[in-house]
Amino acid sequence: MTRFVRSTPVPPRPRPPRPGGAFGWLRENLLSGWGNALTTLAILALLAWLLPPVLRFLVVDAVWTGTSGEACRPEVAGRPVGACWAFVADKIGYLVYGSYPVGERWRVNLVFALAALGAGWMLWLDAPRRGLGAVLVFAVLPVVGFVLLAGAPRLGLGSVPTGLWGGMLVTFVVALTGIVAALPLGILLALGRRSRLPVLRYACIGFIEFWRGVPLITVLFMANVMLPLFLPGDLTVDRLVRPLVGIALFASAYMAEVVRGGLQAIPEGQSQAAAALGLTRVQTLRHVVLPQALKVVVPGIVNTLIGLFKDTTLVSIVGIADFIRVLESARADPRWSAPMVPLTAYVFAGLFYFAFCFLMARYAGFIERRLAAGDRAR
Amino acid sequence: MASAAVIVTPALADGTLAQVKARGHLVCGVSPGVAGFSLPDSAGEWRGLDVDFCRAVAAAIFDDPKAVRFVPLSSAARFTAVQSGEVDVLARNTTWTLSRDTSAMNFPAITFFDGQGFLVRKARGIGAVKDLDRATVCLQQGTTTELNLADWFRTRGLTYRVVTFANSEQTLGAYESGRCDAYSTDKSSLYGERLRTADPEEHVILDETISKEPFAPAVRQGDDQWRDIVAWTHYAMLDAEEAGIGQANLEAMRKSAPGPDARRILGLEGRYGERLGLTVDWAERIVRHVGNYGEVFSRNVGEGSPLKVPRGLNALWTQGGLHYGPPIR
Repeated sequence: MTRFVRSTPVPPRPRPPRPGGAFGWLRENLLSGWGNALTTLAILALLAWLLPPVLRFLVVDAVWTGTSGEACRPEVAGRPVGACWAFVADKIGYLVYGSYPVGERWRVNLVFALAALGAGWMLWLDAPRRGLGAVLVFAVLPVVGFVLLAGAPRLGLGSVPTGLWGGMLVTFVVALTGIVAALPLGILLALGRRSRLPVLRYACIGFIEFWRGVPLITVLFMANVMLPLFLPGDLTVDRLVRPLVGIALFASAYMAEVVRGGLQAIPEGQSQAAAALGLTRVQTLRHVVLPQALKVVVPGIVNTLIGLFKDTTLVSIVGIADFIRVLESARADPRWSAPMVPLTAYVFAGLFYFAFCFLMARYAGFIERRLAAGDRAR
Repeated sequence: MASAAVIVTPALADGTLAQVKARGHLVCGVSPGVAGFSLPDSAGEWRGLDVDFCRAVAAAIFDDPKAVRFVPLSSAARFTAVQSGEVDVLARNTTWTLSRDTSAMNFPAITFFDGQGFLVRKARGIGAVKDLDRATVCLQQGTTTELNLADWFRTRGLTYRVVTFANSEQTLGAYESGRCDAYSTDKSSLYGERLRTADPEEHVILDETISKEPFAPAVRQGDDQWRDIVAWTHYAMLDAEEAGIGQANLEAMRKSAPGPDARRILGLEGRYGERLGLTVDWAERIVRHVGNYGEVFSRNVGEGSPLKVPRGLNALWTQGGLHYGPPIR
């Protein structure tokens, strides 16, 4: 008798080629109808119109080397001049570290490296012992980073007053402080707002509504302009720490509302089922409610974080030398006064902020796809 | 973290000099970035006329021009920083006016005489401000520039048109594209703006000045000793220039037997520095570390800098300017 049931799997074969190959892909995606074809043509025309001048400005006509603004003047270069990258190259140390002493800048690099390591560890989903990465970012980095940057004479690290910090360093310090404080504080505030204890609940509501009701710029002005007048004359709080605290509280209020949205999306039945299984309230939160709630609000959290990263430029208004502020100072240098220098500076700033915000957005997209994979399979 | 962030300084009753000495450095409020006055260079070191003034005060007190912490202050925060004692001295191209002088601050001495001027194209053949009748003037919004301009033209019965812009980039761009005949702002900034044009040689700054902008450092009211120190730091730099004592020839001047004025400045005669609460060689320290006023001016805004601002009103009184240092005696 012949057996009809296979005992080994069929060996996999490559996917059949798309009908029509590359041409077929084009027809399907770009030219599948009159409207689609016209849109494609319009976009191509727009690119043909925009790309050449942009490339000419950024690359072809750009000046890459030089020691002063003279190199970026058309009459000196003897040709039309685009972006003056020589300016960025000359100022890059100042743009990254501000006035941080040159001999001590390795400390900043070390903090950057630690932050990159911690973030990479925590954010790489398949990494071993990811919990340690989170501990590094949320507990070790703030302490070690502050000691390294500000210095500790007892450990042989000369102290560097925060007035000397500047540039990308300050932008990262402000953004990371906001992020590191906002996530845990926001979750606690969101839980507090849903608490059954009235005192706790109203305290959290009051806190959140107060900080959401005040514009960030007002908070910063209060911190750096008004606060010194209220404090007793012999007490001064560091000029950088003041806006840092303000931004951390401000961001955590926003984060709290995002997280609360996630908590409310989880049906009551989940907690009831957990309670029926005999889980304590803390266990229910830790293993049932929070993992689901946070998954729902990943887009909202990333949205808040990207907003926070860009809001850090506001500290430049109260005299903190963040990236935008040092860029403005660098631009004012008469040695580098050439017609294209301001535009180059702003293009550089735009690329810097875009790179980081795009990175955050892409990572969030990746996380969402990973977390949603389970839902789709059902 | 809290211990490093919150600093308790000795009680204010001690006087600013005692506080500064106890702290080991001067805290000086500066502008976050004005070319020639206070601007960090590519290595992040602060440079400029206002910066050098603070370094001179530090040199007089500590014999070390590096014993200064610079606090960049926005124009909104600058006065509260002085009034609250957050900075010991504010050297931030600030115009001395009556209302500012009476708001718990003192302005010990004028360190730079500025005023509103005009940038015009050479090819237009404009020789004086009165030639600007019926002209279009570009300026930045929300500054006193607009009011000064209105006053000046009205009192002379001339007509003009104003186009205002949000920032200096746009203003300069409009001027360069030919939308206006002249660009008006403080002269000290006009020299920097001129350098930013496509061809600086095509533009000229008119000699006339239509407003008074005396830049002076500010200190908190109520500490006369500190006010004297700040004022006499400036006067010492002026007197040194007048007596011909500079960074370059300091040693030679000490060795050769200079005149009585120079001997008093160098601390070789009398004990004048002690009357300020400083040392006998206070003025010599200023000149040795920072230089006399002429040297500081030239290095930061004058011939030795890209700005090339002429001395003009900022020359010594002996050379037709307004700087007149009271005698050290």
